[in-house]
Amino acid sequence: MALTKQFCSFYLQGLLFGVVLESVQEVYVPLEMTRVPLAPSVVSGLINLRGQLVTAVDLRRRLELEPRQEGMESMNVVVQVPDGAVSLLVDEIGDVVEVDDSSFECPPETLPRSVREMIMGVHKLEGQLLHVLDTQKACIMEETIDR
Amino acid sequence: MDEIVKDFLIESNENLDRLDQELVRLETDPTSKELLASIFRTIHTIKGSCGFLGFANLEAVAHAGESLLSKLRDGKLVLDADLTSALLEMVDAVRRMLREIQSTETDGENKYPKLLEKLKRLLGGASALPVPVATSELLAPQPATPSVGAPSTEQETPPAKKAEVAAEPATANLKYGPSRGKIGGILVERGRLRPESLALALQEQERGDRRRLGEILTALGLCRPEDIAAAQQILEARGQDSTVETVRVAITLLDRLMNLVGELVLARNQLLQYAHAGQDGGFQALSQRMNLIATELQEEVMKTRMQPIGNVWNKFPRTVRDLAKSCNKEVRLEMEGKDTELDKTIIEAIKDPLTHLVRNSIDHGIESPEIRRRAGKDPTGVLKLRAFHEGGEVNIEISDDGAGLDVEKIRKKAIERGVISAEQASRLQERDVFKLIFLPGLSTAEKVTNVSGRGVGMDVVRTNIEKIGGTVDVQSTFGRGATVKVKIPLTLAIIPALIVTSGSNRFAIPQVALMELVSLNAKEGVEMVHGAPVCRLRGNLLPLVHLHRELKLAEPPPSDVLNVVVLRADERLFGLMVDSIHDTQEIVVKPLRKQLNTTKMFAGASIMGDGRVALILDVVGLAQRAGIIAELKDKLTGETAKEQQESAHSKQMFLLFAGPGGSRMAVPLDAVSRLEELPTSQVELNGNQWVAQYRGKIMPLVSLDWAMKERRARRRDTTIPALSSADSLQMLVCNQGSQAVGVVVERILDIVEDSMTVRYPASRPGVLYSTVISGSVTELIDIPAILVSAGVEVENAPVAEKVMEKAAN
Repeated sequence: MALTKQFCSFYLQGLLFGVVLESVQEVYVPLEMTRVPLAPSVVSGLINLRGQLVTAVDLRRRLELEPRQEGMESMNVVVQVPDGAVSLLVDEIGDVVEVDDSSFECPPETLPRSVREMIMGVHKLEGQLLHVLDTQKACIMEETIDR
Repeated sequence: MDEIVKDFLIESNENLDRLDQELVRLETDPTSKELLASIFRTIHTIKGSCGFLGFANLEAVAHAGESLLSKLRDGKLVLDADLTSALLEMVDAVRRMLREIQSTETDGENKYPKLLEKLKRLLGGASALPVPVATSELLAPQPATPSVGAPSTEQETPPAKKAEVAAEPATANLKYGPSRGKIGGILVERGRLRPESLALALQEQERGDRRRLGEILTALGLCRPEDIAAAQQILEARGQDSTVETVRVAITLLDRLMNLVGELVLARNQLLQYAHAGQDGGFQALSQRMNLIATELQEEVMKTRMQPIGNVWNKFPRTVRDLAKSCNKEVRLEMEGKDTELDKTIIEAIKDPLTHLVRNSIDHGIESPEIRRRAGKDPTGVLKLRAFHEGGEVNIEISDDGAGLDVEKIRKKAIERGVISAEQASRLQERDVFKLIFLPGLSTAEKVTNVSGRGVGMDVVRTNIEKIGGTVDVQSTFGRGATVKVKIPLTLAIIPALIVTSGSNRFAIPQVALMELVSLNAKEGVEMVHGAPVCRLRGNLLPLVHLHRELKLAEPPPSDVLNVVVLRADERLFGLMVDSIHDTQEIVVKPLRKQLNTTKMFAGASIMGDGRVALILDVVGLAQRAGIIAELKDKLTGETAKEQQESAHSKQMFLLFAGPGGSRMAVPLDAVSRLEELPTSQVELNGNQWVAQYRGKIMPLVSLDWAMKERRARRRDTTIPALSSADSLQMLVCNQGSQAVGVVVERILDIVEDSMTVRYPASRPGVLYSTVISGSVTELIDIPAILVSAGVEVENAPVAEKVMEKAAN
């Protein structure tokens, strides 16, 4: 019997990404966000999720994609990481996809180092590739501190 | 872990804390039957439980202690200092084993043969004599210990019972169930029953009479039934007093409850806003009621987290006793306001600072008995702890009637150390001079003892207390004593805060830091000192800080009126300019992820009434970023020191210590964050590295001896030489990034200031160079190199190098 995994998929700049379904707490429409001055630039702000304080991370910035345009629609995927919940800002939510382990491949060496550590690999789906995101690594926000 | 074992551990640990106090109290009142009985019971319970749970070593130690205690209880031995020490040692051993059980679920390998021997020897002193006759013989020649409470009952105990006590001291008393024993006890106590009659009845039960004691007594005509009924009532009343119904609740559950109540308070705030906006009278009334209930609930839940400060103080009688003994001083501890309650998190946070202050008082404050006698004081010094609530804060005072602080000496020392200039010193008020003792590196102690005096402690005390939003202050009359006043907030979870805005951003400022609010005319109110804005506040210049500039927010549109929030950080005032000032609110503090707060500007976040998030400003962090506090430190430690340094060959502070083989070594004081002494028993082996648990983390220990050897000369063993010989290890705690590393040294000698004019190349690895400090040749140790050579990862090497560079220049 082939081993299968379920991913919650979403789009960023037209690319299909996926996070392991078990790590996803919920998906919700954007809520009001509080900016955190002096915080790393990948942090969009803080969100009050029914009393739970959640840090929102702009995945476009984190993955070094084109910055989000003003007024662009976004969705939030809340994932659980060891030190709490983090909300990932994505463009659009996709389906839950079930993939077989055999379709997995490691990321190509040509991927920039900074990004490669966040992308565990890809699953070859029909017609497109599903980028598997390492949520833990993606939620590390130390890099640039905007002073 | 087994539920039973867990319960056993919790119960035993609580009992042991009480035991410590009771033993110390017993030393002053050696004949107190009550105390003896209580101590005996505790140990007996532990012994019984661990026998049942199969902890043989623990059982053996507890049994030995119990035997000794039963002798004491029966008056066959009289408590003296030796016995107390032995018993305390036994308690320590039990505690160690309990800790062992906690971590490994076994009571460990150590069988404590020496301790058992000692206990047996002390026991032997009495039991060698033939028992029944010996009782009176032993008591007779010691008239110094009259047992006032119930003088004769002991001797009148009939032979049957006494023989049994002698034969099996451990269980004798417990064969008679507690209630049966107690009712008889009350009757005897009240003079309603002769002890002989009681013994007779007890014997009767022993022989298999299954009736209750009261029934036997009545049947034998030894006692009137109404007396028995009265005794029964007394017994019940006592029972109610001592067992207030309690339930054990996990702290995590309380924390969760606290969080939920916090949420409820937020929901209530939102509800109130709706209610005020609406016209519905019924809804308003309902929300008012909801408001009241939520407020009350919040208060009650807060109370569940409250603990009396006595929980911390309870350790002090023992600490004071041991310390006074080791310093050859006589100290009486007085405690007032033990029931003053504080939030649990705060209790945890003040434990160490308070202990330090107590140690300080005994070591430096209170003089030796001879000196005190010469000064016309009572040879026994008094250390007084006082706690009380005042204005939403808890005040804790630690006062002693010792030597007090010498203003002139502190002044001189501060000038010597380059902390302030002579001119500054002469201008300082007495009160401000006392404050100097909280600066790092300033100890007025003549000599460094292993208790205190290294000039690192008071600085840490202050930092720790300020970390939880408290303040610390010293008052003293020379020759008369000193009082340290600590003020701390009741709780950290819900705080009153002022809400301010900058642009569209809302921020909360904790009320404790808030001094006053000032409104300034934008044109005339603000003046410039070389480009830095200031304003005049009652004749003094107040530095001003723009919130939006510090936080890199958008510049607000110009306005005629400036809103200034006057804040206090580290005893320093400054004005924070904000766009607008709103009301004060009770807010629930939620922690921020560390990654969001690399700049230390925020103390947390809170969800406001409208559901949005507001950040809580960390006033100290803000002041540091704006240069307010750094400025102060510069003023006190930098600038003047710098000037002096330039004129006097750049003097620097060094920590002198004895290294391997007693050789004289030094490191710059800034390379060391703390000096610690850890008992060797706390040193553990992790892989092939020695570590100790330190402030909730694992701290690797580095032996200088080993680290300084040539690599090839090292054997693979990483033994710390001092481990085998000493009871405790002295170490320099150096921070490498967030990692603390303990560098074990032979002995800490002193903190001195010197300019190092002589340099001689290093003769072995780990040494920067040799120099002359305080007139003797001293090796200057290269801490980063030592750590690298010992294989401890140096996270933040550049900083460490900078320190060393500074030392080298």
